[in-house]
Amino acid sequence: MNAPVLALRDVHMHFPIRDAWGRRTGWLRAVDGVSLSVARGEILGVVGESGCGKTTLGKTIVGIHRASSGEIRFEGNEIGALSPSAGHALRRTLQYCYQDPGASLDPHWKIGRALEEPLVIHTKLSADERRARVREVLAAVGLPEGHLDLYPHEISGGQQRRVGLARILMLRPSLVILDEPTSGLDVSVQATVLRLFLELRERFDLTYLFISHDLAVVRLVSHRIAVMYLGKVVETGETEAVFATPRHPYTQSLLAAVPVVGGRRVTEDFWLEGEPPSPGNLPTGCRFRTRCPRAEARCAAEEPELRVLADGRQAACHFA
Amino acid sequence: MQAELLSVRDLSVSFVTEGGVARVLDAVSLSLAPGEIMGLVGESGCGKTTLARAILGALPANANVRGGALLFDGRDLLTLDPSLVAEQVRGRAITFVPQDPYSSFSPLFTVGDQIMELLRWKSPGRRAGERSWSRSRRRADRERALALLRTVQLPDPEHLLRKYPHELSGGQRQRVMIAMALLPEPKLVIADEPTTALDVTIQAQILKLLRKLATERGVSVLFATHDLGTAWEICDRVTVMYAGQELETAPIADFFRAPMVPYTRLLLDSLPSSGSALRGIVGDVPSLVSPPSGCRFHPRCPRASDACRADHPAAHEPEQGHQVRCHHPHLQPAGIVAA
Repeated sequence: MNAPVLALRDVHMHFPIRDAWGRRTGWLRAVDGVSLSVARGEILGVVGESGCGKTTLGKTIVGIHRASSGEIRFEGNEIGALSPSAGHALRRTLQYCYQDPGASLDPHWKIGRALEEPLVIHTKLSADERRARVREVLAAVGLPEGHLDLYPHEISGGQQRRVGLARILMLRPSLVILDEPTSGLDVSVQATVLRLFLELRERFDLTYLFISHDLAVVRLVSHRIAVMYLGKVVETGETEAVFATPRHPYTQSLLAAVPVVGGRRVTEDFWLEGEPPSPGNLPTGCRFRTRCPRAEARCAAEEPELRVLADGRQAACHFA
Repeated sequence: MQAELLSVRDLSVSFVTEGGVARVLDAVSLSLAPGEIMGLVGESGCGKTTLARAILGALPANANVRGGALLFDGRDLLTLDPSLVAEQVRGRAITFVPQDPYSSFSPLFTVGDQIMELLRWKSPGRRAGERSWSRSRRRADRERALALLRTVQLPDPEHLLRKYPHELSGGQRQRVMIAMALLPEPKLVIADEPTTALDVTIQAQILKLLRKLATERGVSVLFATHDLGTAWEICDRVTVMYAGQELETAPIADFFRAPMVPYTRLLLDSLPSSGSALRGIVGDVPSLVSPPSGCRFHPRCPRASDACRADHPAAHEPEQGHQVRCHHPHLQPAGIVAA
């Protein structure tokens, strides 16, 4: 197998919690020791509920946050160790896609100019080459060439989203981090958007880190998934294997909570009680133990490490 | 069939907007039996929130009711004296659970203050026209509130009453909202996307709670949602709406086993869990200022004919209890639930 596009080793991202006078009173451990790798061409789904650190993880990878500790290797280079200019060059091929990429378009700029800008900044292409690239990518996201002369408000929200995606693809990234790309969409639109993501991946040889809280969507598009809870990865594995036989009690509860049309009704026998503790005030030992149906004394005493199970999957539970 | 608690008949509502008059509800009919949980399903802009607000009598100022009737417990809420609606119906016999439990609380008052303010006017112990709030009724109201907070599984309700809304988590706030909706002992609760803002594990807890309480108390629920999975979890029947028209109404099992209207089928096929290829629905939701003639889905419908362009047909029942308003329903089952 070839080298992974992205490899994280024990990445931490802690934010200081300050009181009204600016004194630090504690740490909010948003990402707390995450190790992951993403192979070329793969779609890795990162799932978890709000506050689990999945968005912070994505933002730390692209450098919006600087990791507190740990190592992020992208294309074999450690991002933090590079000179600023080398880091700048490397990040061209690492793109971050916000929830609604269309909302980040400048309302005063025509679509054509917005699409050309990354090429002007990052490449030495001639004007003709730039225009050719713009037309090619615009066609790939399924928009007519006439749109280049329109302003964002003149096209529909769905088309704006496509333009935003086209902008992300202009620099031919190898890895795109998609952060909740379908939340807030109606299902009929969501299906179209997901299909577009899959088509673009084929066409531009993309690798995706797909961050989402929607398990059904992640299951549909991801090859592998990583389940996060309060800053840690609690389980990873091939998507179908994890969905078929989740090993970590949190994954089991999470999967059981998703309504499945025509399936068993969750409301009849959902067992998980309570809500996640605050990431600024974590329990000792296993962070899931306060809600876990299987918790024992051992869970409070020692924190389970993410370990490889017999079938190659990983879970962070004493009983997995 | 049992007597209906709520019957909406040919209700049309339009909004005056900058772009013209938007016809947001176009002759919508539906009915609810006592104790029934009815799902109101559709994508954004289909009119489900407007319908919910019309039933509550809480439409915004730029809305006009263009016709139809809202029969609740045998009385037409549209022609009933508005002061009677305020006194006896809104917030009493019909209550509301909003989507976002945070923006529905005032941040300046404690949860207890807000619950007691509600009970001052809407308590089941209040006599008609009573303006004072005697000490004995106040004490009884407080006990009532504490008991219900315990029922919705909030720990230490005495302490909770002294907290401010921002001190509660989203799940706790939604539990308080459900308690507040049930405190006036209503006959009908209208819930507008009550779990959309919550995580799935919390959503499952809230749905379980809502279903249990509604069943125990015999309260009807009109549950507006865009999420078909949620509808499956909690509803007895569902109505599908599209662009201000209702297209199909069926018992929940029939609805997923044998959806008849083409729009419903496409919607179910768009679900990520449906197992079919990601299809989506071609085209965009129409503008409600100049909606398509006849059935408003016809420009996107694979089965559309001239009849569909001409009119939106009246409801008919190809099967017992399964109503459609469609000229070309599918009569062969092809749902995603095995029979």
